[in-house]
Amino acid sequence: MWANSYRFLADLPFAATIASKEAGEIDLLWWFLCAVSLVMTVVIFVGVVFFAFKYRKKPGVDPVPVHGSNFLEITWSVIPFIVMLVMFWWGADLFFAAETPPKDAEEIFVVGKQWMWKVQYPDGNREINALHVPVGQAVKLTLASEDVIHSFSMPAFRVRHDVVPGQYDSLWFRPTKAGHYRIFCTEYCGDRHSQMIGFVDVLDQDSYNAWASGGTGGTLADQGQQLFTQNGCSTCHLLNEQGRCPILKNLYNHPVQLNDGRTVIADDAYLRESILQPNAKIVNGFEANVMPNFQGQLSEENVIQLIAYIKSLSSQTATASQVGALPTNGPQVPAPGKKQSAATKATALQPAQQ
Amino acid sequence: MPDAIAEAPHPTDEELHVKHHFATADQQMDADTLGMWTFLITEVLFFGGMFAAYAVYREMYPLAFAATSEFMNVKIGAANTAVLICSSLTMAMAVRAAQLSRKKDLIKYLYGTLAFGSTFLIVKAFEYHAKYVEHLIPGPTFHPDNLAPQFQHNAQILFFLYFCMTGMHAVHMIVGVGLLTFLVINSYRNQYNSNYYTPVEMIGLYWHFVDIVWIFLFPLLYLIGHWHW
Amino acid sequence: MATTYQTTPEAAAEEPVNYLNVEHGWKSWLFTTDHKRIAMLYVFSITLMFLIGGSFAMLIRLHLTQPQGLFPPEVYNRLFTMHGVVMVFFFLVPSIPATLGNFLLPMMIGAKDLAFPRVNLLSWYLYIIGAIFAVFVVARGGVDTGWTFYAPYSTTYSNSYVLSAAMGVFVAGFSSILTGLNFIVTVHKMRAPGMSWMRMPLFVWAHYATGLIQILGTPVVAIALVLVGVEKVMHVGIFDPNVGGDPILFQHIFWFYSHPAVYIMILPGMGVISEVIACFARKRPFGYEFIAASSMAIAILSFLVWGHHMFITGQSVYTGIVFSFLSFFVAVPSAVKVFNWTATMYKGSVTFESPMLYAFAFIGLFTIGGLTGLFLSTMATDVALHGTYFVVAHFHFVMVGGMVVAFLAGIHFWWPKMTGRMYSEPWARFAALMIFVGFNLTFLPQFVLGYLGMPRRYAAYPPEFQVLNVLSTAGASVLGFSLLIPIVYLIYAWKYGPKAGNNPWQAKGLEWEIQSPPTTFNFDETPTVTEEAYNYGPLEEKQVA
Repeated sequence: MWANSYRFLADLPFAATIASKEAGEIDLLWWFLCAVSLVMTVVIFVGVVFFAFKYRKKPGVDPVPVHGSNFLEITWSVIPFIVMLVMFWWGADLFFAAETPPKDAEEIFVVGKQWMWKVQYPDGNREINALHVPVGQAVKLTLASEDVIHSFSMPAFRVRHDVVPGQYDSLWFRPTKAGHYRIFCTEYCGDRHSQMIGFVDVLDQDSYNAWASGGTGGTLADQGQQLFTQNGCSTCHLLNEQGRCPILKNLYNHPVQLNDGRTVIADDAYLRESILQPNAKIVNGFEANVMPNFQGQLSEENVIQLIAYIKSLSSQTATASQVGALPTNGPQVPAPGKKQSAATKATALQPAQQ
Repeated sequence: MPDAIAEAPHPTDEELHVKHHFATADQQMDADTLGMWTFLITEVLFFGGMFAAYAVYREMYPLAFAATSEFMNVKIGAANTAVLICSSLTMAMAVRAAQLSRKKDLIKYLYGTLAFGSTFLIVKAFEYHAKYVEHLIPGPTFHPDNLAPQFQHNAQILFFLYFCMTGMHAVHMIVGVGLLTFLVINSYRNQYNSNYYTPVEMIGLYWHFVDIVWIFLFPLLYLIGHWHW
Repeated sequence: MATTYQTTPEAAAEEPVNYLNVEHGWKSWLFTTDHKRIAMLYVFSITLMFLIGGSFAMLIRLHLTQPQGLFPPEVYNRLFTMHGVVMVFFFLVPSIPATLGNFLLPMMIGAKDLAFPRVNLLSWYLYIIGAIFAVFVVARGGVDTGWTFYAPYSTTYSNSYVLSAAMGVFVAGFSSILTGLNFIVTVHKMRAPGMSWMRMPLFVWAHYATGLIQILGTPVVAIALVLVGVEKVMHVGIFDPNVGGDPILFQHIFWFYSHPAVYIMILPGMGVISEVIACFARKRPFGYEFIAASSMAIAILSFLVWGHHMFITGQSVYTGIVFSFLSFFVAVPSAVKVFNWTATMYKGSVTFESPMLYAFAFIGLFTIGGLTGLFLSTMATDVALHGTYFVVAHFHFVMVGGMVVAFLAGIHFWWPKMTGRMYSEPWARFAALMIFVGFNLTFLPQFVLGYLGMPRRYAAYPPEFQVLNVLSTAGASVLGFSLLIPIVYLIYAWKYGPKAGNNPWQAKGLEWEIQSPPTTFNFDETPTVTEEAYNYGPLEEKQVA
């Protein structure tokens, strides 16, 4: 119902660029807040000026003691509170939507480090401080930091998320208007914080295809496979039979039982932790202190490449992002509606070493 | 009112150490008491920040925490806890002695509290030294050889919390020892009697608070690994 | 609109003994336990820190006239950090409580001093020690982490004077804790006979609520700074993700104090406004009980909303929802106050002396500042506005347009009481107008900049933002110059101004019933209170014989 109203907003002369439907929805809320603020401000300004003028000191006119009015107090507490509840609800609703990427969102990885954004595409393309996406395609950015807290922001889509070292963060957007829009880092991160900026180019499909085809060799998953062999992962994590380590085939986004009784989902965050802090969680039936610790040897970008490879070992499509909440450090429930074959269901019910 | 009290000579404001901005000695005592309790509340919040950090990291790494507590000597910790509780007992006795104008007892109990408190600090120093020898002090020298491998990664944070919380507690104890020394000196100078013993009572409150903080620290740091689910 | 202050014949005669002339010499000032002298010591030191912080502000605005800036980015980063650290911890937090609160609170409740005068002096010394650390940091090149000291940048990556800055703030924090402690005990235990809680001036209620926040919140930021300091020196890893530490934990501990801290800054200002409006409308504040209760409600609720600074850090959406809801809740008592102040003028007898002009400015600017806070409590718009100039504009509206304006209102209102002299009313009105104009010109464009996406803490910015930045700097020049004017005429008045008499405004309140300046012990005899607060009637035109 509100979807078309954003077009009107985008044409307002004093509106900021709106490049997606969700940005339009947020702007609608923004203008509502502006309207409420304007009304409140005018009410107070007029009230003060009017009373000050009308009741200015006049000879022969004494002030009249007025104690108060419970009715007024309640009224002017309750009515603003109800208006605020509307703001709260509307804002929370849009926030939920901003945290829930659509099923068809394409996943692109962004690593922030002092003082640049390094972008990695699933097809192996890489960029710095630039992003290219086609119009109409939903994009989920998985964000990682190599050093301090950054914050990835694209005002035209009204999206922003902090990029905190030690965890994955993400945001999503679906651009509806071709154009050249700004990217900013918006969490102070050191000397060149204000130079950690770039552009996202939203292209029509033809231009996008032309751009994408000029890529370097190998998809992200291919690059990951190279790393997998180079770093000796393949000696233990054998492809088709169980070695000394949990098998990685069909692991991605499936439940894993740990040796302390917990069950977690093998999402991006779990895989990242398993590579960089292997002793943090031990799969049931396996031993601690077997897998080497790759902290410091693999960069965030390398980890992303490895995860892309592990995803490609899953029978689910590796490139489509998963429905549901963004990666967290905790266990996730697989989204409802995702078809599970009997084989994967069986895998889900038993420890993941078949 | 009973005649006996009405006949007793009323102490002067100077004997009661009433300051100029207070109307009565009672008002001053009330204000001092509320002031000390308010200060202790700020201390609760101060330690509370560290307890919050402890709670967060324990929730994140429960097994690592349990493993780390194996390094804590429960016997020594328990003995120290007993020592501190005894010191609170002698402190309470000291306040009572001051209330009853018993100078000798007051000094005796203050010395007792000092003795127990100092014992606690000395034992703590030995404990810290033992950690130092085992390379368990967080920082560049941290090297937890005897800790199970899967917990070594996060061990430094846990040991840091141990030193931070017990260290902060020890600092408060040292301040307490200083305050007790001040009380001893003043007791020798006949400063405290049944009309005026406020400083003894206020410092007593502070001492009890420091004791209570330890009573929380001991199980949280020493005993968690020794509890079997 | 003639001025209504009056001088008495006695005042023109020889000066009686008061707290200022009872003793002379630096020892009598540096070892004083008189709350009024300590308040004047604070006035001097806080003004000094304000000028330091304000100079940084002018340099920042100067730098931002150019998209590529005037100074190297390393310098700019230190400028905005030091501006924030000095202004927040060494000006805003102590300001009204340490100056007007210290001076007036005992008198307003009929007491001869605060409960713990020596602790009061200790508070000032701790403030000075903290300030020396801050000045040391400035002299040695500053700290560049932002006043929020976020880890791991502050703990691991910054090569500026983080430790010294943290220590300075730590010490100043204890100054704040002790002031709050003193106020709470004083209000509980030292009210004169007949001064019940509901007869206390709203200024006292405001400072009591502020004291609660000071004692409960400040120790937590003290711990946060200790942890940052230890991490910086010993690299123990508490906020280092490589060893399992959590940078977001720092933010939780930091904001647990720093959000209530903003209410430490604004509540006393609200107390001042209640007093000023009552006096210049000649009426008891409308809804006195509700204004008092709202101060307490704000103090309590302020501890429950800190997460609204962290909506986009990756904390759980449900956590965010709780904080968003509670943040709206805490806005209600503030709105209630604004309505009550406006209604106080209903059927009043309003005059327009400079304190009242500042009070009007406060109501308008605080309303705008508070409303823009709602944009940030709303989760979806916060995503778009977090980290932009919208946030900068919002907090400057409430801090400068609110708190600094209230501070000026209070200083003007009580200057005759504190010094026994009246200042120049035409200069005061001129300065008030210039401050209002300069302030709006500085910060209104910043709301637009934020909406357009310009990030904060940027040493260089894209050229499309330049026009609004230049506009903002123009306003800042006016504002900066105008803020100096009161310093000049207030000091001039202290030396050469006409004697003011006990009660030039014909205000109600125990502080106005004693001489100006007051004696060391305020009251010859402890008063007994028999009437309600704000027992205002019309102004007496004739001089009191």
